[in-house]
Amino acid sequence: MSAPRVLLDPTGEQAAPTRERAPRPASLDGRTIGLLDISKPRGDVFLDRLEEQLTGRGLRVQRFAKPTFSKPAPIDLRHEIGTKCDVVIEALAD
Amino acid sequence: MTGPPLPDGLVAIVKRDCPTCRLVAPVLAELADGALPLTVYSQDDPAFPDAVKVVDDTDLDVSFALELETVPTLLRVADGEIVDRTEGWLRPEWEALTGRAPLGPGLPEYRPGCGSRTLDPDVAAARAETTGAAHLRSRRVDLGEHEDDVEAAFERGWSDGLPVVPPTPERVARMLSGTTRDPGDVVAVVPPDLVECTIEKVAINAVLAGCKPEYLPVVITAVEAACTDEFNIHGLLATTYFSSPVLIVNGPITSAIGMNSGTNALGQGNRANATIGRALQLVVRNVGGGRPGGIDRATLGNPGKYTFCFAEDEAGSPWEPLHVERGAPAGTSAVTLFAGDGVRGVVDQLSRTPESLARSLAGCLRAVPHPKLALGFDALLVVSPEHASRFRDAGWSKARVRDELLALLQIDGDDAVRGAGGIDEGLPEGLAGATVPKFHDDGLLLVHAGGGAGLFSAIIGGWVNGPGGSQPVTREVKP
Repeated sequence: MSAPRVLLDPTGEQAAPTRERAPRPASLDGRTIGLLDISKPRGDVFLDRLEEQLTGRGLRVQRFAKPTFSKPAPIDLRHEIGTKCDVVIEALAD
Repeated sequence: MTGPPLPDGLVAIVKRDCPTCRLVAPVLAELADGALPLTVYSQDDPAFPDAVKVVDDTDLDVSFALELETVPTLLRVADGEIVDRTEGWLRPEWEALTGRAPLGPGLPEYRPGCGSRTLDPDVAAARAETTGAAHLRSRRVDLGEHEDDVEAAFERGWSDGLPVVPPTPERVARMLSGTTRDPGDVVAVVPPDLVECTIEKVAINAVLAGCKPEYLPVVITAVEAACTDEFNIHGLLATTYFSSPVLIVNGPITSAIGMNSGTNALGQGNRANATIGRALQLVVRNVGGGRPGGIDRATLGNPGKYTFCFAEDEAGSPWEPLHVERGAPAGTSAVTLFAGDGVRGVVDQLSRTPESLARSLAGCLRAVPHPKLALGFDALLVVSPEHASRFRDAGWSKARVRDELLALLQIDGDDAVRGAGGIDEGLPEGLAGATVPKFHDDGLLLVHAGGGAGLFSAIIGGWVNGPGGSQPVTREVKP
């Protein structure tokens, strides 16, 4: 038997290998900044300090938290962050 | 008929392998000189019959389109339509059909024909694969002229590190014969990329893994179970911890497809065990996009992440099978998924009473995943036949064994709080003075498997349990 010349793609066939990032804002002035706690221990400590720093500069901050770090953020939470915020900072680590 | 249009005039379909076809070869040579044009198709040898011009039908396109059962078959075709037809050799019929007489004067009056090659079971199966393959929807990947197919799969990132079986359309079509489900049915949405995974994609990955078609329903069920919110394959993949899915298969399908529940049940050497577990991992890798170093952040991982699948030995078990205990009807087949971290052995070669053996097992279970931690992790206990016989002889049900183990696994908070024993790790200080159960009441799964000799059992530790982690999931296998 000769070697097969056509194989079927076993992957999810996600169209583009790279996705365009959303354009980065040149400045945070006038932007609403979301702080997302993924619910890993001490993520809140990091975000509390960031909030202090950002509000100290007169910036608007909103806080969000995932119910659990082990699962993707619920779609409603992602939607809420997307509609309320211009940028988001996630606290990932322990 | 669908297929190539037939030329007008006389059309004969023959094969060299058929004595009757060889008998009528001189008749065909006679007909080739007649008023009606003659077209001869050969199923097996384009050089037969040698006295006439032959059209090669060794790929059987014309024969399948005609739904041939017998060769020789002689047709008269007018305006593309078959207007007369005869099979085998019967002189009066050939004479009537061709309008030529006498035909084949030296031949006997009648000879039955032979079976058309299209009826050969191997040929028919291969044809079904080719036909089925044409309807598959996945992206075609064309290989370069000098590209090795197995290396190509490595280079495209489809492998777990071991060679895979190249997923040709024909192999995938054959794999799909193992299920009654439509190739386009969506089985699950697979994390982390949250991609809809069709039966066809499961089948492609089952080919990669080396499965036989009859394993496919088990693989499909495992994919469904893995992608539930309860099992949480996303978190299990992303964790830095060791764990990955352990598949325990129950019911009649285990013997039907030749799974191993006996000697070396958790080890290598059985195709069904090895490839079903591997197929699930490949679906997560390829369809879901979960790869080591990407979303899979395991610090060390474990060898079970290649494959970890076995059958429960129900026939030799003193207890009800795992899937029945977990709600599946008796007599059905089911897959149970457990988020396991690997195998740790338990040796007890001296216990002769169930009480003594239970204490041994409890002592070893206490170390999951640390002797000073409790309630966070479940465990799967694989009890071997010789250990199970201690409980059988004493009449201990599975529920009794579990209750005895849970009772033995009460942790004294004073010994387990942070800092106790000179070890910083441990339970919160507030639990000093309290008694803490090691496991939740439903946190201990028991199955029966293994070879007949050996006073050993196996503990497979879990991962974070409960809604934030992974809960065992049992799903019935459907054809």
